[in-house]
Amino acid sequence: MKTSKYIISIVSLLFASIVPVFAQGTSEVAPVINSGNTAWIIMASGLVLLMTIPGLALFYGGLVRQKNVLNIFMKCFFAMAIITIQWVIFGYSITFGSTTGLLKPFIGGFDWAFLRNIKLNDVSPYFVSQPHERIPHILFVIYQCMFAVITPALIIGAFAERIKFSGYVLFIVLWATFVYDPVAHWIWSSDGWLYKMGALDFAGGTVVHINAGIASLVVALMIGKRRHYRNAPLPPHNIPFVAIGTGLLWFGWIGFNAGSGLAADGLAANAFLVTHVAAATAALTWAILDWVLNKKPTVVGIATGAVAGLATITQAAGFVGIGGAIVIGIVASVICFYMVGFVKVRFGYDDTLDAFGVHGVGGIIGCLLTGVLATPLIQSNCSGLLSGNVHQMWVQFVMFLVVTVYSIIMTYVLFKIVDKLVGVRVTDKEEAMGLDFALHHESAYTSID
Amino acid sequence: MKKVEAIIRKSQFEEVKDALHEADIDFITYWDVTGVGNEKSGSIFRAKVYETRFIQRRVISFVCRDQFVEPAIEAICKSASTGELGDGKIFISEIADSVRIRNGERGPEALYVKD
Repeated sequence: MKTSKYIISIVSLLFASIVPVFAQGTSEVAPVINSGNTAWIIMASGLVLLMTIPGLALFYGGLVRQKNVLNIFMKCFFAMAIITIQWVIFGYSITFGSTTGLLKPFIGGFDWAFLRNIKLNDVSPYFVSQPHERIPHILFVIYQCMFAVITPALIIGAFAERIKFSGYVLFIVLWATFVYDPVAHWIWSSDGWLYKMGALDFAGGTVVHINAGIASLVVALMIGKRRHYRNAPLPPHNIPFVAIGTGLLWFGWIGFNAGSGLAADGLAANAFLVTHVAAATAALTWAILDWVLNKKPTVVGIATGAVAGLATITQAAGFVGIGGAIVIGIVASVICFYMVGFVKVRFGYDDTLDAFGVHGVGGIIGCLLTGVLATPLIQSNCSGLLSGNVHQMWVQFVMFLVVTVYSIIMTYVLFKIVDKLVGVRVTDKEEAMGLDFALHHESAYTSID
Repeated sequence: MKKVEAIIRKSQFEEVKDALHEADIDFITYWDVTGVGNEKSGSIFRAKVYETRFIQRRVISFVCRDQFVEPAIEAICKSASTGELGDGKIFISEIADSVRIRNGERGPEALYVKD
């Protein structure tokens, strides 16, 4: 049985009487809910929640100037709230549901809209390594919800300090609906066309990081530079926030990657191990590069390196061993270092908090390196170039290319629409005042005791 | 009575404070300031060293009787100096009067340091 990514159940949850068609002689036993797996995925869902608030909020919030920190927090909280609602109303259904006809490989239907037809003790149709011992369907819904929330939240880094709040809200809802949901359907749904091609994306390197990273580059170019941006960062206001945020992201990433096997087993433990090793390697590599090239190792540097390593290993976490993880950590850090330190400076685009330079580039490296380094020692039917499977490299390349092109085009179109409807950029005066006061009438640090 | 204000390096603050106490200036106030000049210093951010014109310094300030001014200046010059550009400056100005709020003492009597 093919077990690369989520595989749909032999039992349709909508029509429980339908005859199994997927069984291939492995077993006729109906899948059941396993309490150990369920306990771990409940925890993992909480860990991924922690990544957006407060992990990402602190990481991004520390990097902006103090007049804009609350705006970053507000955007993260708002994304959590509104995308969750979008997810249960129709997001989950169009992502992981199925439809009929020509659209089947590209988008799900509305059978699970408002989560109707999903009952309390239904078994999840999706699994990775444990076909019989599964988790409740509703748990799969909430686990995936956290991924749907963090993906648009990553884009906050690209247009920070200058986007209108109404424009932001409208943009993330449209983007989640027309970019995240379809792309996740292609790669993770059992109907998805990239899934059927055999594309490997364990925990969302392409669905989350390439997707959001490429969108970040597009919106950063479209919204334009901040006032006074001259190829130099406007200084981060609270580096301990950045460090705490990175710590929470690193911690939450355990749920993100080790939970993506949807079970508490050896595959999950391996995902934890390689995620941690890749993050450590990338953090170390960045610190050494800083030390050698710029004379001093910096905190922002080691934090950025860790995030680059985490974003890059995401895709490969279920397919590589620690050798692969170390290679991925080093390559991720070196290339991301070059991208944010030299390429961004050279071209002068204002990708404010390096959402593209770290997440987008990291995702792309992870996508391609998965095609090279995937080893059958981890999942027996998933191998890459080094294990003699040249075809996998091609599949990964197609996935990277298609998602990149789709994300560029759709982000461009949606951002234009939002600009026409409500506008995307705050006025010059509001930007100078700081978005905290101009948009939310609050200030993070008052001067009154 | 004179007011002495000196802009010094933050890194020399401890030395200056001790030297002033040696010179019988028992109480000083200070605050951190940022200057913008043509001198540039480097700051590292995400893989790149950027030049910045913002310079961080500390201002110390105190009011003292005339006879303490010269020893205080000497103490600051000695303790705040590193010999490099950007060691700072001292400004001295006249003070017209002073009042101790607790008991209404005026003039030099109101100052912390007695003869």
